[in-house]
Amino acid sequence: MTTTQETLVPFEEVLERYDPALGLEVHVELNTATKMFCGCPATFGGEPNTNVCPTCLGLPGSMPVVNRKAVESAIRIGLALNCSIAEWCRFARKNYFYPDMPKNFQTSQYDEPICFDGYMDVDVDGETVRVELERAHMEEDTGKSTHMGGATGRIHGADYSLVDYNRAGIPLIEIVTKPITGVGEKAPAVARAYVAQLRDLIVALGVSEARMDQGNLRADVNLSLAPKGSGLLGTRTETKNVNSFRSVERAVRYEMQRHAGVLDAGRAILQETRHWHEDTGITTSGREKSDAEDYRYFPEPDLVPVAPSREWVEELRGTLPENPTERRARLQAEWGFSDLEMRDTVGAGALGLVEETIAAGASPAAARKWWLGELARRANDTGAEISDLGVTPAHVARVQALVDEGALNDKLARQVLDGLLAGEGTPDEIVAARGLAVVSDEGALSAAVDAAIAANPDVAAKIRDGKVAAAGALIGAVMKEMKGQADAGRVRELVLEKLS
Amino acid sequence: MTDLRRSAADLAAELESGATTSVELTQASLDRIAEVDGSIHAFLAMNADDALAAAKASDERRAAGTLASSLDGVPIAVKDVLATRGITTTCGSRILEGWVPPYDATVVARVRAAGLPILGKTNMDEFAMGSSTEHSAYGTTHNPWDLSRIPGGSGGGSAAAVASFQAPIALGTDTGGSIRQPGAVTGTVGVKPTYGGVSRYGLVALANSLDQVGPVTRTVLDSALLHEIIGGHDPKDSTSIDRPLPALVEAVKEGASGDLTGVRVGVVTELGGEGYQAGVLARFHESLELLTKAGAEVVEVSCPHFVHALATYYLILPAEASSNLARFDAMRYGLRVLPDGIEAPSAEDVMRATREAGFGDEVKRRIIIGTYALSSGYYDAYYGQAQKVRTLISQDFAAAFERADVLVSPTAPTTAFAIGEKVDDPMAMYLNDLATIPANLAGVPGISVPSGLADEDGLPAGFQILAPALADDRCYRVGAALETLLLEQWGGPLLDKAPALDGETR
Repeated sequence: MTTTQETLVPFEEVLERYDPALGLEVHVELNTATKMFCGCPATFGGEPNTNVCPTCLGLPGSMPVVNRKAVESAIRIGLALNCSIAEWCRFARKNYFYPDMPKNFQTSQYDEPICFDGYMDVDVDGETVRVELERAHMEEDTGKSTHMGGATGRIHGADYSLVDYNRAGIPLIEIVTKPITGVGEKAPAVARAYVAQLRDLIVALGVSEARMDQGNLRADVNLSLAPKGSGLLGTRTETKNVNSFRSVERAVRYEMQRHAGVLDAGRAILQETRHWHEDTGITTSGREKSDAEDYRYFPEPDLVPVAPSREWVEELRGTLPENPTERRARLQAEWGFSDLEMRDTVGAGALGLVEETIAAGASPAAARKWWLGELARRANDTGAEISDLGVTPAHVARVQALVDEGALNDKLARQVLDGLLAGEGTPDEIVAARGLAVVSDEGALSAAVDAAIAANPDVAAKIRDGKVAAAGALIGAVMKEMKGQADAGRVRELVLEKLS
Repeated sequence: MTDLRRSAADLAAELESGATTSVELTQASLDRIAEVDGSIHAFLAMNADDALAAAKASDERRAAGTLASSLDGVPIAVKDVLATRGITTTCGSRILEGWVPPYDATVVARVRAAGLPILGKTNMDEFAMGSSTEHSAYGTTHNPWDLSRIPGGSGGGSAAAVASFQAPIALGTDTGGSIRQPGAVTGTVGVKPTYGGVSRYGLVALANSLDQVGPVTRTVLDSALLHEIIGGHDPKDSTSIDRPLPALVEAVKEGASGDLTGVRVGVVTELGGEGYQAGVLARFHESLELLTKAGAEVVEVSCPHFVHALATYYLILPAEASSNLARFDAMRYGLRVLPDGIEAPSAEDVMRATREAGFGDEVKRRIIIGTYALSSGYYDAYYGQAQKVRTLISQDFAAAFERADVLVSPTAPTTAFAIGEKVDDPMAMYLNDLATIPANLAGVPGISVPSGLADEDGLPAGFQILAPALADDRCYRVGAALETLLLEQWGGPLLDKAPALDGETR
C-alpha cells in the first residue's frame, strides 16, 4: 500500500480546471432460495461452510446448473432499467487465482450479458439526469475471506486466513453504467442519487434484500478527470465496495479532489483499484489494474446458452412495479407534498418508508415529520442509511397512533424513537419498559397546576389580566414537575381554566 | 469355477441360470487381479470389500427376484477420472493423491444402482492427457498382448483390465480417443457416445466440450448393455441431452444378423493413407470387404477440414484444461506442498509450490499452451480461430452424413508402440489420435471394434465407425455386424490369440 501524502485540491477549484466522468458498478445479491448454480440455500451467515456442496465448493468433477429464478430476477431488473434482453447469451469463465474462489475462476458473463443498453432517470436536486446503462449481467459470488492476525485485516501481513464458502455461488447481478459525463459539480450527488434510486427499484422488484450495510448491494465507483472542455476521458480509478449512499457521494468527491492534485502536479493517474475507508473518508491504493491483469475469459463449456423466450420476457414485463418517475409524481399528488418536501424525501432514501408508514395508518404529514424531521437526521449523525436504522414503517405508524390517542406527546414520542434505535422492542414495549405514557390522572395534573400557580404568583397575575402568552412559563413548570409525561395541551387548558 | 473370459452378457446369463453367483464372480475377478495385475498395472486402487458387499446384495436381489438391471451382479472397473464416493480418485495425478470424493459421478451412481460391483479404479494418463498411460504419476500400464508395449491412452488401465480378463467391463472417458484408441491397441471394444448422451457430472473435466464417458468391453453387445445403464438425461449436467437414448441393444441384435443391406458406409479419404501402418490398413480394407459382402454400400467421402482437426483440438483442449485445472491449488483438498526456503509462505507461494510438484510435464505443457491461447490479444488468433475450424469440421461431418449412414476409418494409425518410444516426442504422441479427434470436435458418436492383427507385429488393430449425433444405434448395428463376420472368420474371439500372462493359470 502506498502511504504517500495525497494533495487534495479544493472541490470548487477541481471544477474550474477539470470535467469529471463517473462510472458505477453495482452488485446486487439476489434473494433466490438457492444459489446461482446449485441447490444449496442462498443464505449467507450461520455456521461457516455448511451451505455447501460439490458444485459450490468447486470439487473436481462437479458441474453447474443455472438457477431459473435468478435468470428471471435478472430479466426483471433489466426490464425495469429499460434494457434490451438478450435472445441468446452465454456464461463465461473469468480466470484468476484467489483462495476464496473455489474453482479459481468465477462463472460470470462477458461479452454476452443478459441485459444491455438501458437507462435510469435519476432525480438530482429537482433536475432529471439520465444515466445510461451498459449492461446488467449474472454471476456468482465468491467465498468470504477473513484474514486473521495482521494489522490491516488484509491478506498481506495476516498470520492465516479463514474462508467461508457459504457465500460462494450466491447469485449476483452486476449493473454497469456507461460513463456519466457532463454533470460537473453534481457528480457526487448524481452518484449518490443513482445508487439510492437503484436500491429503491431493487426493493420494489423484491429481488434482493438490498441492504448496503449487509453487503447485499455493493457499489464500485469509477472516476476520472479530463481537462475542462476537452471532451476526453481521463485515466480512471475504481474504488471498491463503497457501502452507503453517503459514502458513494464522499468517495466521488474525494477522488475528484485527489485526481486533481495528482494531475495538477503533472503526474499521471495510475489505473488501479482503490479501497474506501469509511472512518477517515479517504481512499488508498489497492492492486494495480494494468494490462497485466488478463482474465482469459471464454464461454463456460459446462453450461448451455440462456435463451429466454420473448413470451417469457413479456410475461415478466407484466410483473414490473410502477416506473419510479411516475410513482413519485403519483405519490406527491396523493400526499400533497411540496416539490421541496418530495425532493427531501427521495434524497433521504425514505420514499418507500414514508409510503409504507402511510399505508400503516399515519397521515402523510406525520410520516414525513418522523422520517425526515427525526430519523433522517439521526441516520446522518451515525452515517447509516435510513432504511438500516432498525426502525420500521409499522413502528413509526404506531408511535403516531399513540400520539393521536394522546398516550404520547412529541417529546415522549422522540424517546420512543430512541428506544427503537437502541433495539429495545416495539413502541408499546418501549412505552411500558421506559414508563413513558402521558399522565392522564386529572387529580395529579390539577394538583401540579395548582402548585405551579402558587409558586409563580406574578405569572398567574399576568394571565388573570389576559396576558395568555405568559401561560408558557406555567406550562413549562408543570411539564417539568411531571417529568414531561403530561399532555401539554391539557395542561394549558387547566392553567387557563383555573386563572380565568 | 467361473470363466472370466466370457462376456458380461454371458456372465449375466450364468448368474441368471444359477451357474455362478455375483459373490463368486466378483471374488474370481479380485483373484485374477491379484494374480496378473502385478505385470499389467491396470488398477490404481482396489475396492474389494465394497465390491463383495455389493455382490452379496446383488445375489440377495436375485434370490428375491428384484433385479436392478440386465447386468446386475456383473463386476466393473472404473477409470480413475470418475468421482467415486469412498474410493480414491486421483486422475493419475500426484496432485490428487489420496483424495476421496464425498460424492459419486452420475455414471458411477447409475452403475451402483444397476447392481454392478465396482472392483477398483483404473490407471490413466494424468488428467487424461496422453495416448499411452505413460503420463500417469503412478506408473505405466502394460499391454496384455506385449508387456513392453503401451495399452493406449488415456484410458489404458480400463482397456488393459478388460483385455486381460481382470474385469468383464469398464468405464472409460474419451476426449480425443481415450476410449477408442486403447480399445484398438488392446483388441477390445470401446464406445464414445454422442456428446451429451451420457452425463459428465462427476467426470473430472479435461476439456468439458469434448469429454464423454463410455463403455470399455470385449463385445459390442456388452458395450450396448452398459451404455443403456449409464446413458440418458441427467439434470445435474446441463449439457446432457433431454431425450431417450436410441435402442442400442436392439441395434446390436439387428447387426448381429450379419445383414447390412442398404447401409451406406463412407470411407473418409482424410483418415487413411500416409502415416498409417500397412498392417493396420490391410485389416481395415479386409473389414470393409466383409461389410460389402454383408450388403453395405461403400462410398468414399472427403472431409477436407479434418486435416486441421489435430491443431484445432490442441488449442481447444488446453484452453479448457488450463481453466479446469486451476482449482488444484492446495487450499481445499489434494496435495499441499510448502515451498523450501520461505519463512512464512503466502497462499500464492503454497499454490505455486504445490502445482510445481503436483503436476507432471505433459499437464504443465498443456496449461501453458491453454493459458497462452486464451490470453488477451491472442484469443482471436488461437481459441477463436479454433472454434471456427471446429464449426467447419462439424459441417464436413454433416455433408458426409448426407452421403453415408456411417463413416469408417482405422481407429488408430498404428498398433501399440513400445513403452518409452514416444514419451519425449509430444507431436508423435498426438498423432495417435488423428482419426479419433474429429468425432470429439463435432460431438458425434464412435465405436472401435477389433479388426484383427497386423501382419508385421501380430498386434491388434481397430476399426472405427462414426455416426451422426444421437444416432449411436448405427455404430452398434454396423459394429455388431462386423464383429459377427470377423468372429466367423477367426473362429473365436481375437483375445484368444493373446499370449498367456506371467503367473497365469489357464
